[in-house]
Amino acid sequence: MTLETSVNEKKLTSKDFVSDQEVRWCPGCGDYSILKQVQTVMPDLGRAREEFVFISGIGCSSRFPYYMETFGMHSIHGRATAIASGLKAARPDLSVWIVSGDGDSLSIGGNHTIHLLRRNFDVNMLVFNNQIYGLTKGQYSPTSEAGKITKSTPMGSIDHPFNPAALALGADGTFVARSMDRDPKHLQAILKRAYEHKGTSFVEIYQNCNVFNDGAFEIFTEKSSKKLETLFVEQGKPLVFGENNDKGIKLDGFKPIIVNLNEGHSANELWVHDETDQVKANILARFFDSPEKEGHLPRPFGVFYTEQRACYEDMMTHQLEEASAKGADLDKLIAGRETWVVN
Amino acid sequence: MPASVNETLESVVIRFAGDSGDGMQLTGSQFTNTSALLGNDLATFPDFPAEIRAPIGTVAGVSGFQVHFGSTRIYTPGDSCDVLVVMNVAALKSNLRNLKKGGTIIANTDGFDAKNMRLAGVADDKNPLEDGSLEGYDVKKLDITKITRAALTDSGLGVKEIDRCKNMFVLGLIYWMYHRPMENTIAFIESKFKKNPAVAEANIKVLKAGWNYGETTEAFSSRYEVSKAKMDKGVYRGITGNTATTYGLIAASVKSALPLFLGSYPITPASDILHELSKYKNFGIKTFQAEDEIAAIASAIGAAFGGSLAITTSSGPGVALKTEAIGLATVLELPLVIVNVQRGGPSTGLPTKTEQADLLQAFYGRNGECPVAVVAAQSPTDCFDAAFEACRIALEHMVPVFLLTDGYIANGSEPWKFPSTADLPAITVSHSKPEDKKGDKFLPYERDEKLSRPWAVPGTKGLEHRIGGLEKQNGTGNISYDPANHEFMVKLRAEKIERIANYIPDQQLDNGPEKGDLLILGWGGTYGALKTATRDLLAEGYSVAHAHLRHLNPFPKNLGSILGNYKQVLIPELNSGQLIKIIRDKYFVDAKGFNKVQGLPFTTIELKNKIKELIGNN
Repeated sequence: MTLETSVNEKKLTSKDFVSDQEVRWCPGCGDYSILKQVQTVMPDLGRAREEFVFISGIGCSSRFPYYMETFGMHSIHGRATAIASGLKAARPDLSVWIVSGDGDSLSIGGNHTIHLLRRNFDVNMLVFNNQIYGLTKGQYSPTSEAGKITKSTPMGSIDHPFNPAALALGADGTFVARSMDRDPKHLQAILKRAYEHKGTSFVEIYQNCNVFNDGAFEIFTEKSSKKLETLFVEQGKPLVFGENNDKGIKLDGFKPIIVNLNEGHSANELWVHDETDQVKANILARFFDSPEKEGHLPRPFGVFYTEQRACYEDMMTHQLEEASAKGADLDKLIAGRETWVVN
Repeated sequence: MPASVNETLESVVIRFAGDSGDGMQLTGSQFTNTSALLGNDLATFPDFPAEIRAPIGTVAGVSGFQVHFGSTRIYTPGDSCDVLVVMNVAALKSNLRNLKKGGTIIANTDGFDAKNMRLAGVADDKNPLEDGSLEGYDVKKLDITKITRAALTDSGLGVKEIDRCKNMFVLGLIYWMYHRPMENTIAFIESKFKKNPAVAEANIKVLKAGWNYGETTEAFSSRYEVSKAKMDKGVYRGITGNTATTYGLIAASVKSALPLFLGSYPITPASDILHELSKYKNFGIKTFQAEDEIAAIASAIGAAFGGSLAITTSSGPGVALKTEAIGLATVLELPLVIVNVQRGGPSTGLPTKTEQADLLQAFYGRNGECPVAVVAAQSPTDCFDAAFEACRIALEHMVPVFLLTDGYIANGSEPWKFPSTADLPAITVSHSKPEDKKGDKFLPYERDEKLSRPWAVPGTKGLEHRIGGLEKQNGTGNISYDPANHEFMVKLRAEKIERIANYIPDQQLDNGPEKGDLLILGWGGTYGALKTATRDLLAEGYSVAHAHLRHLNPFPKNLGSILGNYKQVLIPELNSGQLIKIIRDKYFVDAKGFNKVQGLPFTTIELKNKIKELIGNN
């Protein structure tokens, strides 16, 4: 065995995915954790490093590709999804990852996001949702809560916010999940699931912007409230949450209601998570009440929905293969069907 | 049988005009194909409304097709027509201005009834066929609808289907007038209506009825011979500009051995390129109809990053939306061809009319200093060469390239002595290989003698790198906010475009003396009109020359010295003066402009008058 092949066969580690560029997010930014989790899962995906491409748009999150020792492109605002679509169409062999934020993917790039989802290119889309515009220093975003006071909304935002997971389901996304920067294990697991899914994997990641919107998701991420306010869904398991896993969700028709397992309700009555059930996924994604609302439902995390649907690039390849049976004679094409000779 | 008189003509312009549903485009293109097969040189131009189905009988719904054919070389569809076929009063109303004084009108009288008069907005007592207003023209009145119906009484077809055959009557009659055989069209009808033999038979019957009408009716006593043109020997076909553009792009894909990716969004008059390319998946071509113009170019940039020959096609309003992404491609230094089939602007403007008003958009229409290469096509067939050249420059120099065509040449057609692909130049391009890495770092912004950077595509081991829209440090490609580096990079990107001049041919004169009174400098789709005007003026003894630019950015290196060889330089453009600004700026030449912004091409006569006026004044 030559030295070169032994080097080639060496398993990559997370360090192999760290580029030589200095990371320039604000100290304490949630992006650091997401970067770390991505770099951690990469070696386990079983692909050569050169096959990974990270494409981003504009915003704090979009600096991400510079920090990955893979191929990458930091493009223009909102267009990472469209650029990734073209790349994946041209090169189905690559593992393409889109890194975007709530403004980039849902505001300026909202159109491309929904079209990416319906076409179902086999790419992974990570949406860092911090409910604020960070790079432009603190304006409200399309996911900011109504009433939010920001630099551009001194009297409070009158915009109704998007629910990204519900939007992705509405656009017929074939893999819709939510995770958070503060739960490394969960985020890693979701990233792996996203990679394994064949089709567009839409992953909303709650990410704290400690400079312009600190604590936006505190209630879901802090130990003191996390158990009561969040619902981590797992395939085939009942929807249970609460301090001692003592609360559950059951369906009354299509209406989800919270039941107390200590008060005569058993786990058998509960809604069992089935991530292939589109109707239930839509109900789950709509657990979106403000935590301040009386009797609100917990905020769900995990894989809400997944389905197998043909990918755009595969169908494109198929059409090309089918057409290739005709042969490709350029001279014949140029001459066309009707010619005449001048002597 | 009345004896018809035979006359020989050098060239003829016929304009077919009728309602959108009257089949005038088909009639015109059939006449064109038959004439081409007979050996005439020719040029055509369709003139159709922006509305798909404007109300029947209205002026807005008139669709026209002009064909200029002759035994001499033909470079334009003709300033005005010798024969005007009108299927209704609206067609006459909107096209009479295109008819030469004393020209022939063939009018379908059924289209001049009270209802059609009302729809066309013509007063009851002003029927032009009756009120003497057409005095001086040779008017042939015939009820084509009635004759067609009579010919098909026993066909078993419904009135609607029968009336759809009217255009074949016109075609048969015109074939008779100009001694054209019907066989080609008969074969076409048989193939088109293969699945509906009754309709095929009806069309053929009416076609022959048109011919026989000419043969037997005294109204048509003259027939005309238009002999073969003296064309270069070779094999020809007819082709429109948009189809030629398509083939040029495909040829570049084959010659560069790179897969072609098109990201496009439908827009008039560029959509035909998307339609055509979509047909040729057998060439490994991937066409992506994106959700909007921005996604169209963005997907092409993604494909270029992945190593494809990437193309985006559009027209002015779409190009406006692509602007930011063109800037990205410039900073990424990836090859990309942006095809702009120009139309009248600004804004939605005149979607189906031609204009050359996007030259400055191509040159300057981006934020920051963002030079790109610009090439233009001059005629329908030249779209092939121009498209091929745009791809060659993009790939060999790693730059975005604008290819400018326009609605006039995109939809116009002419005979094409098409090349053998073996004779096309090679396009030299190669993706970086793992062994191209020197030392431990791959340098994505390292330069060669053209100043172009390596094209290292994802999937290549050891060449992992990041590119982006933030200013790059030369060599490493890392983000750099260094003031001196920024100025260096701005100048470098400009110099990179300038150096393309070392790899393009010198500017040639199209016609005329090397020194003289006046140089006509043109670009784009005005070529045919300028060429014809120059030919005529040279024959009249004027000292004029004509040069037509393929490369607009950069210009050929010898352009400055050519400009200095004439007492005057005239730059005619279908805009308010765009090339002239650049020429004056770069060469300090006191060029004169001649400008027309009507959505219409130049006529030869107006050009000649302008040139005579300039030379006379000198």
